Amino acid sequence: MPTFVYMTRCDGCGHCVDICPSDIMHIDKKYRRAVNIEPNMCWECYSCVKACPQNAIDARGYADFAPLGHSVRVRREEEKGTISWRIKFRDGREKNFVSPITTQPWGEKIPRLADFAVPDNEALENQLLCHEPDALNIETGLPTIEKSKFKQGVYY
Amino acid sequence: MQTFLIVMILLVLAGTIFDVIHKKSARYFFQNMKKTKSAGDRQIGGSEAARIALATAAHDVLASGEFCNARRRIAHLLTMYGFILFVASTSIMIFGYTDSGSVTPAILPLLWHLGALMVCVGGYWFWFFIRVDVAAEGNSPFRLMLADLFVISLLACTTFALIWSFALSAGGVFLSWFFFLLFIASALALFGGVPWSKFAHMFFKPAAAYEKRISEANGTWNNLPEPADKPAQFGLGIKRQLPRQY
Repeated sequence: MPTFVYMTRCDGCGHCVDICPSDIMHIDKKYRRAVNIEPNMCWECYSCVKACPQNAIDARGYADFAPLGHSVRVRREEEKGTISWRIKFRDGREKNFVSPITTQPWGEKIPRLADFAVPDNEALENQLLCHEPDALNIETGLPTIEKSKFKQGVYY
Repeated sequence: MQTFLIVMILLVLAGTIFDVIHKKSARYFFQNMKKTKSAGDRQIGGSEAARIALATAAHDVLASGEFCNARRRIAHLLTMYGFILFVASTSIMIFGYTDSGSVTPAILPLLWHLGALMVCVGGYWFWFFIRVDVAAEGNSPFRLMLADLFVISLLACTTFALIWSFALSAGGVFLSWFFFLLFIASALALFGGVPWSKFAHMFFKPAAAYEKRISEANGTWNNLPEPADKPAQFGLGIKRQLPRQY
């Protein structure tokens, strides 16, 4: 279910660019609006959908999973601390949910990324994500599998 | 100069009409509006639609109310009102005071300079510090792309206009002509580049804002959930960080 942007709603503020964990929300070179540059790599985390202050981002469901006519939209109201969901089925049924944004204290359990040092070019080019491998709590580094241990029939 | 200004107006009109036809934006808006109106829980009457149009004009258009970021909003307001002052004072001076004997009121050149200065302040602030591909994606402030055509030609137009004015007052004949030609060339790029630039946003953004307000009024909310009505049970809210964390 890759995300897409309603171009007339977007004002190019960059919240989605900033928050996308896959780094696939970029600013369009022609219109300076947000655009998902790699829909195949979108894992539908809804981070950008929730972060968009204009509600300009939506997720398009795969037709075999979510038939045409449905709608799953979300409204994040950080000043109220709430996330609201509205799910519309193609037969007209509708479900609405409201949840708290987080039960963890902001700035203590959830790190403020702005407080960390700005990554250098080497870090930006690196395949590791922010705070990896430290954040994974793996003292021996990232796990690897020897090729000899692969199941029969699996080749790389 | 009167002919040049008329040509600029014609270029904007032609460019906008071409843009509307080519991108089918008007068709999209009318279809979307029809869909929004038909899907609503209740129908919007004529007086309510007029009230919504007024609210859109007052909040979303005149006050740039759609911007969530205060810095972006201030920069946009400076650029927008600066551009209006600049264009309006230019037009009045060119069409109203054509005779060699006519004396231009002092307020008009003052507004012309103020407008150009406002565009420069808002535009350069946006260009160097607010642009997302610079602020959030860490690209060079000097990287150019098609989306920059509007802001660059606008900034070039007002900057060269101010330098031209300065060169005229300083008495430099060659420099004043040089910057005058640059001013004219950048104005040509600004008004002639409508089909390729973001110029058309001043037409479709108000339409999008109006459609959004209509969808809120008739209960569809563009399929969005309604704003949460009992937030107290979830505790305190949080403060959104600015998108500068790349």
